[in-house]
Amino acid sequence: MSVHSVISAHALDLTFQTNDGPVHALKGVDLDITAGEFVSFIGPSGCGKTTFLRVVAALEHPTGGEITVNGMSPDEARKARAYGYVFQAAGLYPWRTIERNIKLPLEIMGMGQAEQENRVKNVLQLVDLEDFGKKFPWQLSGGMQQRASIARALAFDADILLMDEPFGALDEIVRDHLNAELLKLWSATGKTIGFVTHSIPEAVYLSTKIVVMSPRPGRITDVIDSDLPKERPLEIRDTPEFQAIAHRVREGLRAGHAYEDG
Amino acid sequence: MSEASSLSQPQAQDICAICLIVRRVFDAVAPIGTVLGVIVLVWYLACIPMNRAWIEDRAGASQTLAELIPAVWQQGSPVLPAPHQVGGALWETTIAEPPLRERRGELRGNPRSLIFHAYQTLAPTLLGFLVGTFAGMALATGIIHSRAMDLSVMPWAIASQMVPILAIAPMVIVVLSSLGVTGLFPKALISSYLSFFPVVVGMVKGLRSPSPMDMDLMRTYSASAAQIFWKLRLPASLPFLFASLKVGIAAALVGAIVAELPTGARFGLGARLLTGSYYSDTLMIWSALFMAAICAALLVGGLGLMERIMLRRMGARA
Repeated sequence: MSVHSVISAHALDLTFQTNDGPVHALKGVDLDITAGEFVSFIGPSGCGKTTFLRVVAALEHPTGGEITVNGMSPDEARKARAYGYVFQAAGLYPWRTIERNIKLPLEIMGMGQAEQENRVKNVLQLVDLEDFGKKFPWQLSGGMQQRASIARALAFDADILLMDEPFGALDEIVRDHLNAELLKLWSATGKTIGFVTHSIPEAVYLSTKIVVMSPRPGRITDVIDSDLPKERPLEIRDTPEFQAIAHRVREGLRAGHAYEDG
Repeated sequence: MSEASSLSQPQAQDICAICLIVRRVFDAVAPIGTVLGVIVLVWYLACIPMNRAWIEDRAGASQTLAELIPAVWQQGSPVLPAPHQVGGALWETTIAEPPLRERRGELRGNPRSLIFHAYQTLAPTLLGFLVGTFAGMALATGIIHSRAMDLSVMPWAIASQMVPILAIAPMVIVVLSSLGVTGLFPKALISSYLSFFPVVVGMVKGLRSPSPMDMDLMRTYSASAAQIFWKLRLPASLPFLFASLKVGIAAALVGAIVAELPTGARFGLGARLLTGSYYSDTLMIWSALFMAAICAALLVGGLGLMERIMLRRMGARA
């Protein structure tokens, strides 16, 4: 484990006991993520990419191996507000306005009213939703709702942002736009981001490190460090360097027999 | 548009707007009006066979239909009173009769006023409904937080509703009155007994309605059970709660009426039903029934209004 390691997993196992026998969601996962990295997890359904994120967030508990988050156990890290979590759906509470949705974690953490207002204003600016704070979630488009949910995860300023297929339900045009926005946000805030996706272009476009996973048992088949520049216009996806990395991801998925029934 | 056109454009628009309003009112009134019309028609027709025997007793069987029909709709003490007779009786006992009157220098309830009787039933209904609602919400909160309560309380709550209220009400009323407790409280108790159950069932469902993702979000904030309750479960349960409250308040009204029957209460809608059946006064029975229906409609309608105001404030689509 390096000194700068933010998330460090060693021989991590997670087996679910089901009626059809044990399911090995994660088997022998070794991974180190250092501060400020943008790490994508890619693989077909059942490869354990979401499970790994949930273990980091202490929403699931491993049955073997070790994992530390900021040098602590995931449970301790959660209590220390180490991460913000963005789910597949925006998951905004429909009875709260956008502002009050973003205040939800701040209320729970017992922050003062003035501090709450201040932070809401800042994160709404960050995700470009300044004028929508008083709206209710249903009054916003799907992409805007997901941006609001990112704002909510950013509001308490955790160092780590965990994102579980946050743009999976959106159409490709909106998704491209949000990917570009997310990169800007990442370079502006310097957070460590763990990002689950099943889109190869999305993973390559966003990441500094791509973790390729495969199912039964859920394991890592390849870890690819991207050498693309930090500044990435959408057109970068047409360059040979981008294509080369995408090709390697595809090879990694094939090596894990991930195409068989993915 | 030709110059000969008889309407200027604004006028035409005004007429269209009026057409639209008429159309809307018609759309709203037509379905319920049709149903009401059919019911009234069937009712008038039903009066003929129901009241015929009495007329024929009096005037002989040789009545022509033309003689019979007006008679069956005008009869003094009919088996089945005609709708306009019930309407008249309702009018005389509500609008035409003051709910309070002076007696021995004191202002007291007027037992000839149906509004006074309705109040006698509504007061315990509302008290019992409030008690039942809070008891139901408290039980539901316990049930979702404690597996032991989930397993132990729910079967009893269901069993409690299996016993006919007509069997329980006399025991409760008689036992309480032997302890010196009479009047409002025993009636309210029966009302709360009937109204807590739908609240428990609806509230449990509502408090459990947040999705796993909504719950996971709270867990990522390390939220306490109390915070999850107040900030997620309770607001998510409100639409379910209101549906239950509407069932519960109607049940509370039934409870209060039933509670008046076994001990021969003198005041209240249930008492009116009982008195009416003692004296075979069908008009008294029917007007009490209609008053009960009007009360139920007002109570449920009031809750519906509260629901709309509350859910709109909570961001429900208009």
